Amino acid sequence: MASHYEAPIRRPLVLGEKSYHDVSVDIAKPVEGKANKSWWIVFSISLAAFLWGIGCIIYTISTGIGVWGLNKTIGWAWDITNFVWWVGIGHAGTLISAVLLLFRQKWRMAINRSAEAMTIFAVIQAGLFPLIHMGRPWLGYWVLPIPNQFGSLWVNFNSPLLWDVFAISTYLSVSLVFWWTGLLPDFAMIRDRAVKPFQKKIYSLLAFGWSGRAKDWQRFEEVSLVLAGLATPLVLSVHTIVSFDFATSIVPGWHTTIFPPYFVAGAVFSGFAMVNTLLIIMRKVVSLEDYITVQHIELMNIVIMITGSIVGVAYISELFIAWYSGVEYEQYAFLNRATGPYWWAYLLMMTCNVFSPQFMWFKKLRTSIMFSFFISIVVNVGMWFERFVIIVTSLHRDYMPSAWTMFQPTFVDIGIFIGTIGFFFVLFLLYARTFPVVSQAEVKAILKSSGQRYKRIRESGESLVGTGTDPRTHNINIHAGSPIVDEQSTVKAHDPEAINQLMDSVGVFDPLTQTKDDLQQINGVGPKMEEVLNGIGIYSFLQVSKMTKREYDLLDEITASFPGRAERDDWAGQAKILINNKE
Amino acid sequence: METSSKVIHAMYTDDDVLMAAVKKVRAERYHIEEIYTPFPVHGLDKAMGLAPTRLAITSFLYGCVGLVVSIVMIDYMMIEDWPQNIGGKPSFSYLENMPAFIPIMFELTVFFAAHLLVITFYLRSKLWPFKKAENPDIRTTDDHFLMEISAGDNIDEQFDILRNTGAVEVTLIDKAH
Repeated sequence: MASHYEAPIRRPLVLGEKSYHDVSVDIAKPVEGKANKSWWIVFSISLAAFLWGIGCIIYTISTGIGVWGLNKTIGWAWDITNFVWWVGIGHAGTLISAVLLLFRQKWRMAINRSAEAMTIFAVIQAGLFPLIHMGRPWLGYWVLPIPNQFGSLWVNFNSPLLWDVFAISTYLSVSLVFWWTGLLPDFAMIRDRAVKPFQKKIYSLLAFGWSGRAKDWQRFEEVSLVLAGLATPLVLSVHTIVSFDFATSIVPGWHTTIFPPYFVAGAVFSGFAMVNTLLIIMRKVVSLEDYITVQHIELMNIVIMITGSIVGVAYISELFIAWYSGVEYEQYAFLNRATGPYWWAYLLMMTCNVFSPQFMWFKKLRTSIMFSFFISIVVNVGMWFERFVIIVTSLHRDYMPSAWTMFQPTFVDIGIFIGTIGFFFVLFLLYARTFPVVSQAEVKAILKSSGQRYKRIRESGESLVGTGTDPRTHNINIHAGSPIVDEQSTVKAHDPEAINQLMDSVGVFDPLTQTKDDLQQINGVGPKMEEVLNGIGIYSFLQVSKMTKREYDLLDEITASFPGRAERDDWAGQAKILINNKE
Repeated sequence: METSSKVIHAMYTDDDVLMAAVKKVRAERYHIEEIYTPFPVHGLDKAMGLAPTRLAITSFLYGCVGLVVSIVMIDYMMIEDWPQNIGGKPSFSYLENMPAFIPIMFELTVFFAAHLLVITFYLRSKLWPFKKAENPDIRTTDDHFLMEISAGDNIDEQFDILRNTGAVEVTLIDKAH
């Protein structure tokens, strides 16, 4: 038997008295319910921003890249800043689901679904920027390894920009199948709960016919593990390759060997910040505070603190190496970054990314939800400025002082950026309404080891065997000798005499040859009464149809509720009609 | 005599009870056809006697295929078909130019290993859009566990055993109908 043991020092990951059924109900609730007003307000704002962004993109493509603020000196600015920012944000999802899976961190299970969703939506935003920047996005397929139509010239496999194409598309597609595979059992849960035919159809389609066979689960777990093993080096490679876009150039300030680890740490840093931003709101809106707990937020804050500190060390190493290299151009690039006209951006980057996460050393602050939310926003801003500082300040003062200039974004630059934020939130909000936002199958799998209720049962020294039963989905045990009735029930279980007499006259239900009838079809029998009848041993219309005045009285004696009700409603007569209708 | 089309469905409401039941039923030498569970019950595959899955091995092989494809592709495009001198580094030898090709070799290895693995999983477990679900009871995706064993000649005895293992519902199903 599985032991479900977990060290008592580990805090529960699922709070409250949750049974398996509670997990299903809680996670299906946002999908089954209706959107509230605040959802519609945020969705409308995001949609407006998205539409504004589409307008700016159309303007860019129809007029040309000249509508951006780029100039002869600064050929790369907001577009690539936004691209790197979004790709970086898109790192947390796979990190949470893959790296934490390999390290067997159970706390990932409440947040991996949303983090992966966020990853995919963020990478979609990132992918837009190179596409728009091509100027003629309908020729975007030229980046694929296909011969160019003027001859047989191929794409350049030496170019980091082509590496990017392969890295980002592999990352996006692998993250997508990883996410979808994990979703199948959860879609199946919603499918099987769905009452409306349309919902049932949609979720049947999405669940790919998931049935939950033991063999399927065995394969499912193996596939998750192997995908995690593949995705872990993949996620590290993606931002490494993004950093190569800069590191393989010979621009002072970009030509740095520290870039790959520095970019990866920064990506994890910004990704966790965005996960915190989204989940702190989402747990509240869809009432999942018992699953995405303060402990989860605290652990994410610790990751933010560590990766923020790594990024800080990288910033300082860059300065040191620039000085130590003795190369004056390199030295000037960094001096200019910190003290030149863009000093404010550099200061903002340092404050937001290195200084602000240090507050997380204090337990009081990292367990404060408001403070965590605030810091997560600060980090998002800081990481945008990090990319801006790296890209723009390295370019704006090049080797030729007569070409020195500043960057001024146009409304189109700003509009496209805001548009991607809008698009991102549109996708995330739609996701939060239609997808199971917590990986419920995995949460159920750890419930007995990490659920608060089961920890309590285990610590009190009782066995966990049989504790998965939920009285709402199953509260009768038809094979036990005497009926089992819960305490609130009005059945006097101490009246075996009356029960025996009643059973003698109506006959014993044989589950082997007979099927259980829906007794609630009888007018006057509600869910509670059906429960009581089942508890006594009455399951079929046939049994009810045999009831007479004597049996009704016996029933009244047993249940002690609604005396005379059964006789007045003529249950036996109704049961006979129901039997006839059945045949 | 074989009553092959008849199976017995035993419903459980707890994973630990199910695990004990699996061991008991197997000890009684009855064949467990299938078990449907709402979440992965650890150790269930071993207790049921399922063979280990070989998907990880296929993934390794797919990764090897991806690596070979990337090498052949890059060699053909960059070295054989149209060698260019890029940045003073002529493309005349795959080995000498390989450092620049490693990122894409790696990405394609992962691409093949991951996607073909998932496709294999979907095909083997019969998962695709418009596929009908085959769990016999919808409660098995919520909090119920269903064990299906083939019915023998001594159905009564089988029923008794299943009830004694803590099954909350035991039903005889004729699959022919």
